Amino acid sequence: MEITPLGDSALIVRVRDRFEDAPQETLSEVLRTLRRLQNADIPGVIEFAPAYTTVAIFFDPFQVAKAGAKPNQAFDWLAERVRAALAVIGDRGRPRTLPVRVIQIPVCYDPEFAFDLGHVAEHAQISSREVVDLHSAAEYRASCIGFVPGFPFLSGLPKRLATPRRATPRKEIPAGSVAIGGAQTGIYPMRSPGGWNVIGRTPLRLFNPENDPPALLRVGDRVQFHSITREEFEVLMQ
Amino acid sequence: MNAIAIRAGFLTSIQDLGRTGFRQFGVSLGGALDSFALRVANLLAGGDESAAGLEISFGGLQLRFADERIVAWCGGEFDVRIGSTSLPAGHRALAGAGDELKFNHAQSGCRCWLAISGGIDVPFVLGSRATDLRANFGGFNGRALRDGDAIRLGTRPGSAIPATTISSWSAPKPWSQTASSAPILRFVRGADWNSFSASMLEPFTSESFGVSSDSDRMGVRLAGPELQRTDDVDLISEAVAPGTIQVPPGGQPILLLGDCQTIGGYPKIAHVVTVDLGIAAQLRPGDTVRFREISLPEAHRLLFERERELERFRIGLSLQNK
Repeated sequence: MEITPLGDSALIVRVRDRFEDAPQETLSEVLRTLRRLQNADIPGVIEFAPAYTTVAIFFDPFQVAKAGAKPNQAFDWLAERVRAALAVIGDRGRPRTLPVRVIQIPVCYDPEFAFDLGHVAEHAQISSREVVDLHSAAEYRASCIGFVPGFPFLSGLPKRLATPRRATPRKEIPAGSVAIGGAQTGIYPMRSPGGWNVIGRTPLRLFNPENDPPALLRVGDRVQFHSITREEFEVLMQ
Repeated sequence: MNAIAIRAGFLTSIQDLGRTGFRQFGVSLGGALDSFALRVANLLAGGDESAAGLEISFGGLQLRFADERIVAWCGGEFDVRIGSTSLPAGHRALAGAGDELKFNHAQSGCRCWLAISGGIDVPFVLGSRATDLRANFGGFNGRALRDGDAIRLGTRPGSAIPATTISSWSAPKPWSQTASSAPILRFVRGADWNSFSASMLEPFTSESFGVSSDSDRMGVRLAGPELQRTDDVDLISEAVAPGTIQVPPGGQPILLLGDCQTIGGYPKIAHVVTVDLGIAAQLRPGDTVRFREISLPEAHRLLFERERELERFRIGLSLQNK
């Protein structure tokens, strides 16, 4: 574990160096770290942000100093508390496995929505039908939420389907578009530019600022896609 | 309604101190790109430091008040008038019912923050009144102001009405006038600093960088000596923050501002310190900027010093109001 400053008001706790070697274990460790840090109630901390191999901690240096850190040692003071928070619970024995949510996401792979299904199929040297079957049979995990609010980066894409991002990003990708970018799959929560290969669309709303939490998914969630028809899509959209 | 934007200007949006607690869902901090300037303006207007105000980019805003309000602004070098009377940065003024407040184009810098007593009354969305212009929520229906928009203001705090129209005293200049003709941004090293060779790092601190035209609230794109890492290992995306300086494969750095994404996968060469984010928020296309390294304890010392000075200013203001 490594703790490095991210400017003067945040730091990054790096749980592991690599992600792709063991995505499941790495994610579980990131989530455990997040949980321990949340429970530690460290003074001056504003919020946490997990991603792949890291948990970022955003803090108010002024509050940290008020809580007792020497003015020239605010970072060291925090880093020490982070280490203590992660060590104490580790000593209580094997960490329990955290409950993980499984979220089902309906996807319509209709050609009208799936701008790049043909390209992905060609790249994988299989049929479009096989792409859909492979994509909707796998189980994914949300390793990070970002890019735009609510956008999940999902790991677990069958290797065969890995497709490089488009050389020129599209100026506009419709909300709900399910896409493949490199070895990951993801969902565009809102209309936005993007360079991933679009293979379908979900009628679900991935981000709604009126809700708390505002995003359908959170880091660590297990995700399964299931194929729906165009008619089912239209019904679910209403 | 308490005020009408007769002219909305180039890009005017409702902002407060930003949205925290939702980074894990990809929600940007947002808020005033110079949150300290908004805090000072809010204090001057006699309101809560965290009240929502207007962020005005490149001027052009013309605002008519329906009732009496105290106003104050901080930021770039704008010519601001109430009717025909000039209102300099860092002063506070009484705008009467029917008065028009007009922001002309900026001489230098590009943004300023207007505070109005009572604050701007829009609903809190995810704990903030700030407009998220990228995801289109919060603020005024999730968008920048348009000509003719009617703005609701909060209840006026009754006690702080000044006797004179424009105050003779003002906030300290470095707080209220943040545009600089030769901006220098102080930074602390980023996690990937050491993956750049000494011959790459030297020009980063010795040469100047130009501000490109495709800069916005997400970030300032810089053009200067090309920065290349000694290795080109792909990095795993992780958190970034306003102030982070990323170096994409092209070698031209991007200085992230308040609306930046929550995560990034480019090498982080440095981070502009919090006390200099206000200077960064004034950079406009064509400007040049330099960088100077300081230590992390020094960055914190500067921040603590500024907070203590603000505390003294707050006390001074409360005496003025008595």
